[in-house]
Amino acid sequence: MEKALFIIIAVIAVAAALNVLIQRNPLYSALSLIGTMAALSVLYVMLRAQFIAAVQIVVYAGAILVLFIFVIMLLNAPKQQLQIDKQKGLRYLAIPLAGLLLAEAFYVVWRVQDIAMPVVKEGEEAVGTTWSVGVALFTHYLLPFQVAGVLLLMALIGAVVLARREGDK
Amino acid sequence: MDQPGITNYIPILIIFALAVVFATAMIAMSRFMGRNRPTREKLAPYECGVEPVGTARERQSVKFYLVAILFLLFDVEVVFLLPWAVVFRKVLTSPEYQHLKFVFYGGMMVFLFLLVVGLIYEWRKGILDWNR
Amino acid sequence: MTTDQLLEWTIKIGVIFFILLTTVAYLSYVERRVAGWIQLRVGPNRVGPFGLLQPLADGLKFIFKEDIIPREASKWLYLIAPAAAIIPALMSFIVIPFGSSVTLFGREITLHVTRFDVALLYILGVGSVGVYGVMLAGWSSNNKYSLLGGLRSSAQMISYELSLGASIVGVLLVAGSLDLVTIVEAQGATSGYWLGFIPKWNIFLQPIGFIIFFLSAMAETNRVPFDLPEAEAELVAGYFTEYSSMKFAMFFMSEYFHLITVTSMATTLYFGGWNGPFIAEYPFLSLVYFVLKVFIFIFIFMWIRFTMPRFRYDQLMALGWKVLLPASILNLIVTATVILFVN
Repeated sequence: MEKALFIIIAVIAVAAALNVLIQRNPLYSALSLIGTMAALSVLYVMLRAQFIAAVQIVVYAGAILVLFIFVIMLLNAPKQQLQIDKQKGLRYLAIPLAGLLLAEAFYVVWRVQDIAMPVVKEGEEAVGTTWSVGVALFTHYLLPFQVAGVLLLMALIGAVVLARREGDK
Repeated sequence: MDQPGITNYIPILIIFALAVVFATAMIAMSRFMGRNRPTREKLAPYECGVEPVGTARERQSVKFYLVAILFLLFDVEVVFLLPWAVVFRKVLTSPEYQHLKFVFYGGMMVFLFLLVVGLIYEWRKGILDWNR
Repeated sequence: MTTDQLLEWTIKIGVIFFILLTTVAYLSYVERRVAGWIQLRVGPNRVGPFGLLQPLADGLKFIFKEDIIPREASKWLYLIAPAAAIIPALMSFIVIPFGSSVTLFGREITLHVTRFDVALLYILGVGSVGVYGVMLAGWSSNNKYSLLGGLRSSAQMISYELSLGASIVGVLLVAGSLDLVTIVEAQGATSGYWLGFIPKWNIFLQPIGFIIFFLSAMAETNRVPFDLPEAEAELVAGYFTEYSSMKFAMFFMSEYFHLITVTSMATTLYFGGWNGPFIAEYPFLSLVYFVLKVFIFIFIFMWIRFTMPRFRYDQLMALGWKVLLPASILNLIVTATVILFVN
């Protein structure tokens, strides 16, 4: 049952991801990416990472892709295909890089063959719940958490600087 | 599915399937049951009865982009607040975490301070004024 | 998971789905009657006694109206947009607790479809995905009014989503869970009363948070005074200017679904959900209390709609970013500090 569900969801995720690349209209690509994100969220739930699954929807599907689609809507240039300067050199670089990525994927699959699901008995604090994420954030990961706060502040400032370039006061 | 409660997510799939079927049925219904006599004028973009001028595919104000990017950043901050809020009270009361009491409080206050600094910066730069 | 459980879920979802559709149909009727009452007019009263069959007539009319796809529109996106609006709008109801639990046909039935650890975050997530329907409708229609309406609407929705999320954090600090069932139960009679008679509803602990939540929720549902996206006087009908027939109805319905969602959330988070007197003896009463509270909120929303003028767009953005967002952050700093000292 769980395996069947996994296969269905995984196929959806991969198909949607491929569609992102195939589509020529950037809007369709972005919409397809939402499908990938939703499928990934289901996979997270199946891995017992409930909190991450919900955050996946809230942040990726609900905020990042909204930004993407906003940009596409604002630029409004789907008919005139965006002129991309074809850089021949990069094309040849892509082949070894793709090979490297594939090798890495195969290595991971080969090494990690059996993942033991965290078995939690009734009454215990489960892994992947909001509680465990919250506690981990302030114990093991306190420093990364604060760094993330600084990073977000930098991003805020960066966004303002970028958008204010031309002719503003 | 060994962890208790994980099966409780299955209804999401059920309601999603139902909603998709419902939405498709409604769209199909309006497509096939309504009358369909298109004319040139009827299919033109609505512009209060006047001949449409130009196209709607034009570039829009960068302000909308700024709103979207600020939303994204603050949304991530809110997401960080949620797990903290959930654990905070239990941490204060359970003896197991007593020594971490002020880490949980102070850690979030530092984070919130950064958030407020960001907000004040946007404010002072006039990003939050729509009629800039 | 057993077949029994699967059957129970499916039946519950089916029943809720049916009730929601009926409620939404009748909300459109109630809204017009309330409007008539407030504005000293009659409102729909011709179809059936007191106009009670009006929603049925409207539904039939929607079905048989001509379905127009504008020549310039991006056809597929134009067709998908109403679905993208209504699917998320339907999905949040499965985690809302409508009542405690009743015994029916000799078995204990809980009056919520399901509960899980991140229920509240799920509602927020589904709500934030709802913005795509608006954006796609605005863009795909290829109409200036639609595009502007869609942009305005989505910018407004995402802005107020922030203060909505941040105001909820205050409740989470008090309740310590994202599971709505737990949040409701914590406000129940088993937790006791303050001064012997005041129920432990979160509204008494989070009054500022509730006001922020209420205003943000009103803006999220695009209702007056926050109905800039469909400001009739300037944008015709906003993002669904070009929609007709059932597709128009779908946008209309999804707005009412959102209305029910946010009022249910207000009830659940701040007003004790289905809690009330005598539910231990008569569990069915819990359902009555819940529906009653939700309808009081819906009435307040309608009341405000027909008494308030509309905001200007810059005022709207200023309210969201300069008032509600800082206020919600301040509210949660104060709440956390108080909790630190009380415990």
